[in-house]
Amino acid sequence: MTDQTAGTTGKTSGMNVNLRENGMLMALVAIVVFFVIVVRAMLGVDFLSAQNITNLFLQNSYVVIMALGMLLVIVAGHIDLSVGSVAGFAGAVAAVLVLDWHWPVWAVIPAVLVVGLVIGGAQGYWVAYWRIPSFIVTLAGMLVFRGLTMWLLGGQNIGPFPKSFQLLSTGFVPDVFGVDKPNMTAIVVIALAAAAIIWIGWRARQRNEAYGTAQEPVGVFWIRNLIVAGALMFVGYKLASFRGLPNVLVVMAVLTVLYAFFTEATTTGRRIYAIGGNLKAAKLSGINTEMLTFLTFVNMGVLAALAGMIVTARLNSATPKAGVGFELDVIAAVFIGGASMSGGSGKIVGVVVGAFIMGVMNNGMSILGIGIDYQQVIKGLVLLAAVIFDVYNKSKS
Amino acid sequence: MGTILEMRAISKTFPGVRALDHVNLSVQEGEIHALVGENGAGKSTLMKVLSGVYPHGTYDGEIHYSGAEAKFAGIHDSEAKGIIIIHQELALVPLLSIAENLFLGNEVAQGGVINWPETYKRTETLLAKVGLHEPPTATVDTLGVGKQQLIEIAKALAKDVRLLILDEPTAALQENDSQKLLDLLLELKAQGITSILISHKLNEVSRVADNITVIRDGSTVSTIPRAEITEDRIIRDMVGRDMAHRYPERDRHPGEVSMVVKDWNVFHPEHKDRQVIKNVNFNVRKGEIVGIAGLMGSGRTELAMSLFGRSYGRGISGEITIGGKPVDCSTVVKAVDSGLAYVTEDRKALGLVLDEPIQWNISLANLAGIAVNGVINRMKEQDVAERYRKAMNIRTPSVFQKVVNLSGGNQQKVVLSKWLFTDPQVLILDEPTRGIDVGAKFEIYGLMNRLADEGRAVVMISSEMPELLGMCDRIYVMNEGELVGELTAAEASQERIMSLIVTH
Repeated sequence: MTDQTAGTTGKTSGMNVNLRENGMLMALVAIVVFFVIVVRAMLGVDFLSAQNITNLFLQNSYVVIMALGMLLVIVAGHIDLSVGSVAGFAGAVAAVLVLDWHWPVWAVIPAVLVVGLVIGGAQGYWVAYWRIPSFIVTLAGMLVFRGLTMWLLGGQNIGPFPKSFQLLSTGFVPDVFGVDKPNMTAIVVIALAAAAIIWIGWRARQRNEAYGTAQEPVGVFWIRNLIVAGALMFVGYKLASFRGLPNVLVVMAVLTVLYAFFTEATTTGRRIYAIGGNLKAAKLSGINTEMLTFLTFVNMGVLAALAGMIVTARLNSATPKAGVGFELDVIAAVFIGGASMSGGSGKIVGVVVGAFIMGVMNNGMSILGIGIDYQQVIKGLVLLAAVIFDVYNKSKS
Repeated sequence: MGTILEMRAISKTFPGVRALDHVNLSVQEGEIHALVGENGAGKSTLMKVLSGVYPHGTYDGEIHYSGAEAKFAGIHDSEAKGIIIIHQELALVPLLSIAENLFLGNEVAQGGVINWPETYKRTETLLAKVGLHEPPTATVDTLGVGKQQLIEIAKALAKDVRLLILDEPTAALQENDSQKLLDLLLELKAQGITSILISHKLNEVSRVADNITVIRDGSTVSTIPRAEITEDRIIRDMVGRDMAHRYPERDRHPGEVSMVVKDWNVFHPEHKDRQVIKNVNFNVRKGEIVGIAGLMGSGRTELAMSLFGRSYGRGISGEITIGGKPVDCSTVVKAVDSGLAYVTEDRKALGLVLDEPIQWNISLANLAGIAVNGVINRMKEQDVAERYRKAMNIRTPSVFQKVVNLSGGNQQKVVLSKWLFTDPQVLILDEPTRGIDVGAKFEIYGLMNRLADEGRAVVMISSEMPELLGMCDRIYVMNEGELVGELTAAEASQERIMSLIVTH
C-alpha cells in the first residue's frame, strides 16, 4: 500500500520537474512571441532582427555568466549580494591596468580574474570558516567594493579602451570558411550545437528507458527538442546574416556547457548540492563542507570579475556606477530559473533560461519605449510570479 | 484532601502505533506523584493529553480535574485551570531578561503597554519563592541550566499553578542542583501545590514521591504507595515483559579484536568545562555485535559522534585502533578511510538528503567509488543502487525515488546501504530501529546479523533494552558519560542493566 502511493508520487514529481523546466522554456517563447507581435504592431519593425538578436546577447551575457556562479552559491545555501560591486571594481582595475599602467591586454585579463578570485576568497573565508551569514558578509562586500571602485576611479569615468580590449565584448568570431555573408562559421557551430543537444538528450532518455525510469512521453521530448533546435538554428542564421558569432556568446556558451557538466556529472558538483540539501548529513558523509562553500565564493568572484571586464569593454569606459543593481538581475535569474532559496536545488539550464527571460523583457520593453519605472514593476512581478508558480507546484505534489 | 486529577482509560493512537492503551492515573491533591517508565513507554504522550497538546476528541477516555470533567481544546485551556507543564527542553528565550521570560505571553500590561516597575516587583517576589538570587534584568543565557530550570518553575508560579508537571527536570542538572530542585518541590508541596514528576532517577523519585505510577508499553502497570516503594520493585515493574522470538537467530563466533577505544574523553562543545565523555574504554571484535545501553542523555550518541571524525565535542583525547593499528579519526573523511561508519540516530536530519533520490543518497559517502577522475559514471551509480536495493530489500518502485517518499524502515535501509558502500570494518549503529514498525525492525536485525557474519564489527546503541538483549554478544552500560558496566549476553538482563544505571 505504502509502496504504491510512493510510486505514484514519484512519477508525478518527475513530471513536475519537467513541467517546471518546460514551463519556463514555454514562458520564454511566449514572451518572445509577445514582443514580436507587439513590436511589429506598434513600431512596424522586427523584434527578432539580426541586429537585435546580436544585441540581446551582448546585453545579457554578463548576467548569464554571473548567474552560473550564483547558482552554485545559492545551491550551497548562500547568497552573494556583492557581485555587482565586484564587477564594477574589476572593470575599474582593468581600466587602471590598461590605461594608467599600460599593461598589455593579454596580461590584464588574467590579472583581473585573479583579483576576482582573491575577492571571492576573502568573502568566502568568513562565510565558510567563521559561519558568518553570507547575506551580511556580501552586503559588506557590496559596500566595500562600490567604495573602492569610486576611489580607484577618483569618481571619474575612465576610457576609451584600446581595440584589443573592446574585442572582449564587441568582437565577433571571423568566418573561417571565408564566406562571411552569411557567416558560415556561425551556422555550422550552431547547427552542431543543436545536434549535440538533441543527441545528448536522446542518449539520456534511452539510458533511463533501459532502467525503466519514469519518462516524459516521446512526443513531448521531440516537440521540446525541435523547438529548441529550431530556435537555435533561427538565431544562428540571423547572427550569421549580421556579423557572425559575438565573442561573448562563445564565452557564455562554453561556460554554460562547462558548468552544466560540472553540476550534473562531477563528484564536486554533486557534493555542493548535498551541502545545500542537508548540511549536517553532508558533513557526516565525509564532505568537506567548509572548503566547498569557500570555493563557490571564489568561483563567484572570478565570474564577477569576468563579467565586469565584459561590461567595461562594452561601455568602452570604466565608471563608478558600473554594475549597480547587477546582483538583483543575477539573483532574480537564478530564482526564475527554478533554484530554491533554501539551497540544494536548481539547474544551469534553468538559470540560463531565467536570465534570458529577464534579458528579453529588458530589451523588449526598452524598444517599446516603456519607462524604466514600469519596467521595474513588471520585472518584479515576473519574479514573484515565477516563484509562486514553483511554490504552487510543490504544494500540489 | 481529595483527588485532584483522575485520568480514566486514556487511549491514544498514532498512525500505526498505539501509544497509550487504557491508561489510568489518579493524583491526590497536594502530593508529589512520580511517573516512571522506559523511554517510549508513553509518559510524555500521557502528559500531552493532560495538558491539551492533544486536544479533547483526539484521544479516548476521560479526564476529571478538580471535580469536573475536563475537555481541554489546547494548552491555553489547561493553563487557565492551573495545569502547567515544564518540558525537558526548556522553553525560555535566551536573550530576553528573567522578568521578560517570566511574563512572556502573560505580560503585566495595560492596553498593550508593559508596566515595568510592577513586572520587576512581581519578578522579585517569584524569584524569592524559588530561592533564586538574580537581578530580574539579567538575560537568561547568562544563567546555568539549574537556574534556568528554577525560572521555569517561577514562570509556572506566575500563572497561579495548581498542578505542576515536570518532565525529567533533573536530567541535565548536576547533583547539587538536582537536590535544590527536589527541595523546592517539597517546599511547593507544603504550600499546597500538587506535582507530577517524570523521572528516570529512581533514587530521586524514592526520595520525594508520595505515590509512583509505572507505565510500560503504553499501559499502566502499577501505582505504588510511598510505604511500598523500593527500587527493586520499580525496576521490576518497569521492565517486566516477556521476550518472545522477536530476534532472528545467529551463530555467534566473534573473531579477533577489531576496534579498541582507549581513554576517550570529550568535553561539551559550548561549555568547555563540562566533561561529556569520561575515560571511556571499550572494544569490539570482528563478527561481534556489541551493545551500548543507557538512558537518553547518558552520552552514547556523543561518544559515537566524537569517535566518528570528532563530529561532536571539543578537547577530545584518547586513542582508537582498528585491526591492531592506531588510526587517525580526526575528520569524517579520515574516519571513513580508517574503516569506520556511523549510522546516525536521526536519519532525517543527519543521515539523508531527503529531496534527492535513493541512488544519490547511497553514493554520497563514497562518490569516488562511482566516479572516474571526478566525473560520475551514472550507469555505475545506478548499478550500485540496484545492487543494494536487492541486497537490503529496499521496497521502492525505482532507485530514482526521492527518499522523502519512503517509509522509515526503507529510509533506514538506504542509510545502511550508504555506509556499506564505503565497505567499513566497524559500524556504529545509533538507535537503528527507532521509529520503524515491527516488521521492518526484524529485517534490520537480520541485516545486522549478516554484517556480523561477514566479519564486520557492529556497535549498537539503543534505548530499547529488549533489543540489546536479543541482538548483542556483549553489552556496555553507559551512564552520565561513563561506562559503568560490561555484561556478556549470558549475564545481561534488563534488571541488571537498569540497576547498573540507577545505582551508579
